[in-house]
Amino acid sequence: MNRPARRRLTAAILTVVTVTAGASACSSGAGSADTKGAGSGTYTIWDPYPQFDKTSAWAKLLDKCGTEAGVKIKRTAFDTSDLTNKTLLAAQQDNSPDVLIVDNPVVSTLAEAGVLTTTDDNKLDTSKVNPNLLAAGQSGGKTYGTPIGANTLALYYNKAVLKDAGVDIASVKDWKSLTAALAKVKNAGKKGITFSAIGTEEGSFQFLPWFWGSGAQLAALDSDQAVSALSLWKNWLDKGYAPNSVINNTQTTSWQEFASGDYAFAENGTWQLAGAEKAGFEYGVIPVPGTSGGDAAAPTGGEFVTIPVQGDTGRYATSQKLVSCLTNSQNLLDTDTTLSYVAPTAEVQDKQVAANPDLKPWVDAVQAAKGRTSDDLGTKYPKISEQMWKAVQSALSGSASPNDALGSAQSAVK
Amino acid sequence: MKHTTQLPDRRPVQSRNGAATAAPPPAPARARRRPASQQWAAWAFLAPVTLYLALFYAYPLYRNIDLSLRNYTVRSFVQGDAPFTGLENYQTVLDDPVFAPALLHTVVFTAVCLVFQYVIGLALAVFFHQHFRLSATLRALFLVPWLLPLIVSASTWSWMLNSDSGVVNAALHAVGIDPVNWLTSPSWSLTSVIIANIWIGVPFNLVVLHSGLQSIPASLYEAAALDGANAWQRFWRITFPLLRPVSAITLLLGLVYTLKVFDIIWIMTKGGPADSSTTFATWSYQLGFGNLLPAFGPGAAVGNLLVVAALVFGLVYLRVQRKQYAS
Repeated sequence: MNRPARRRLTAAILTVVTVTAGASACSSGAGSADTKGAGSGTYTIWDPYPQFDKTSAWAKLLDKCGTEAGVKIKRTAFDTSDLTNKTLLAAQQDNSPDVLIVDNPVVSTLAEAGVLTTTDDNKLDTSKVNPNLLAAGQSGGKTYGTPIGANTLALYYNKAVLKDAGVDIASVKDWKSLTAALAKVKNAGKKGITFSAIGTEEGSFQFLPWFWGSGAQLAALDSDQAVSALSLWKNWLDKGYAPNSVINNTQTTSWQEFASGDYAFAENGTWQLAGAEKAGFEYGVIPVPGTSGGDAAAPTGGEFVTIPVQGDTGRYATSQKLVSCLTNSQNLLDTDTTLSYVAPTAEVQDKQVAANPDLKPWVDAVQAAKGRTSDDLGTKYPKISEQMWKAVQSALSGSASPNDALGSAQSAVK
Repeated sequence: MKHTTQLPDRRPVQSRNGAATAAPPPAPARARRRPASQQWAAWAFLAPVTLYLALFYAYPLYRNIDLSLRNYTVRSFVQGDAPFTGLENYQTVLDDPVFAPALLHTVVFTAVCLVFQYVIGLALAVFFHQHFRLSATLRALFLVPWLLPLIVSASTWSWMLNSDSGVVNAALHAVGIDPVNWLTSPSWSLTSVIIANIWIGVPFNLVVLHSGLQSIPASLYEAAALDGANAWQRFWRITFPLLRPVSAITLLLGLVYTLKVFDIIWIMTKGGPADSSTTFATWSYQLGFGNLLPAFGPGAAVGNLLVVAALVFGLVYLRVQRKQYAS
C-alpha cells in the first residue's frame, strides 16, 4: 500500500541498525581486549620497538618465552613517544598490558600513577643488575622493574679529520683540551663537533654529560657549575666550533651531520654503532670528559621491563615467568646485541666485550652512567628536564645569557 | 535459492503496478497513519547524525572541558578521582610566562598568514580567471602544496631553511647576503613558520576564490567595459564587491585552519627556540604531551581557549552574514 513510505522507513531503520551495529562492533572489539581472565592463556606485551616486525628475532623471542610459560603472546609495538600516554589511557580503562617495556625515565612517572607493580609484588629478581642502572627504576625505596639493556652517550671522533688537523686524541682529557682540539680542527678547515640541543627530552639527554661533568646537580640548575657547562656549549657555537643547527638537531640529524665526514666529533649513543660501521671512515670513541679531567657521568638510556597492575593478581606469576625469560643471561645477550645496547648485568657485559672488544668503552661508560630519575628525583625529573632544555635553547639561540637562562629555569622548577 | 533469484524479476513489476494502481484510493488511510510513521522515520533519519555528533563532537568536547576543570596528575588520571578545581587550570595558564608571547605569536601568525594567503590567492585567482593557454595545468600545479602531506612539506621546509646546509642560505650566500638562522634564531623562527604556512595555505584560497569568480556574470564586465571602466576599476567595482560573500567564508575557514596549525610549527621548530614560535596550538600540545610528565589540565585549558576563539569568530561571521541577507 504505502510502500514508498514504508520502504523509506525500512531504509532508515537499516541505516540506524548498521550504524549502531558498527559502533557496537567497535566497542566490543575494544572490550574483548580486556576480557583476559587467568585461564584465557593470552598475555599482552607492549614494547617501544616498532622497527622489529613479526619475523624479527625479538618477536620470536617473545613467542618462545610465551611457549615456555605455556601461554600465547599478543605483542603490540608503539613509538616510544606514544607509549607513555597509551599506557596511562590503558590503565585508566583497566586494560593494561601484562608486560610493558618502557623507556627508563618514564618508569617513575608510571609508578607515581600507580600503574606498575613493585618487585615485592611481582617477585622479579633484580639482584644481578648493576645498581646504577637499576636506580632509574627505583622510587621511594621500591623497585618497579628490571632493565633490558642500557645505552649511553659518548664522543665519536673521525680519525682522519683529527689527523689532518694535527690533534692527538690522547690529549683530549678535559674541556680545555677538547676546546683546543676543536679550534685546531676549525683552523684546518673542517667542522668541530655536532650534538643535539633540540627542545625535547633528547636535548636534555645530550646536555646532561656536560652538566654532570661540570659537577652540577639537577636539584640546582642555576649553580655556577651548571652555568659553566652551558657556557661551554654557547662558546662553541659563538666560535663556530659547533654548527648553529644543533639547536634544531635531533640525535639522528646530528648523526647524519657526523656521517657526512666533515665533523671531528659527535656526541651520540651506543645505538649508532651499527651506523658508524657503515659511515665509511675510521672512527673512535671516547667517554665525554669532565670539566677538569676524568669521565663525566652520562645519562643512561634504554628500557625497563615492567609488570603493570592487573585487576586479576593471579596473572603476575605468569608475567613474572615471561619477564625472567626475557631477562635471563642468554636472552639478554641476544636482545642487547640486536638492539646494540649494553647489557645491564656484569656477567653479560663481560660476554659482550669478549665477543666484541670495541664495546669496551661503552661498557665503561654505562658503568659510570647515571639514571636521569636517580638521586630520588623521580617525577621531579620531567619538570627539571623541560626547564633545562628550554634554558639550553634560550642560551644557544642568544635570547638569554647562560646565567639568566638557567636562573629562570631554576625559578620555574620551584 | 530459486525463490530468491526469482524475486528481483518480479518485484519491479509489482511495485510499479502497486504504485500506479493503489496510490489514489488509500489516501485517507494514509493521512491518518502518516504522522506516527513519519515521525518514526524522521527520528530514524536523525539518529545516525545525532549519534555521530554526540560520539565524535559533543563527548570529546565535554571531556576536554572536564579535563580543564580538574587537577589531573598522572595518578588521578589513571584512578579517575581528579578533584574539581574550577578555573584553577585557566589561572595557571594565564599566569604562565609563556601565555603573553604565545598569545602574541598566535595573533601575529594567524593575521599575517591570513592576509598573505588571501591576497596572493586572490591575485592568482584573478590571473587564472583569464583562461589563457595552459591555465588549467598551471592551476593544477598550484594545488601541489595542498595535496602534499604536512609532514612532507614541513620537513622539506626545515631542510631548505637549515642554517648550515639549507638551500635558502646557499642561495643567499650566492648573492652575497649573510646566512640567516631561519629556524634557530628567536627573531626569525616565527617568520619561517609563517612563510611555510602561507605557501601551504595559498592553494585553498586560490581554489575557493577562483570558483567564486566564475559565479560573477560576464555581462557585468561587458557593461562596465562599454562604460569605459579600466581593468583596475572593474576589479574594485565589480569583482571585489561581488566576491565579498565568498571572501568572507574563505577568510573564516582560513582563520580556523590557521588558528589550529600545529604540525608545521612542531616539525619545523617545536615552538622554539625559547618559545619564540610557540602558538596556543603548540603550547597546548607541549603541556599535554611534550613532556615526560603530562599536564593534561592546563593543556586542555589552552585547547579550550583556542576553541572559544574560533567560536567567537564563527559567531561574528554568522552575524555579518545575517546582516548581509537583511539588507
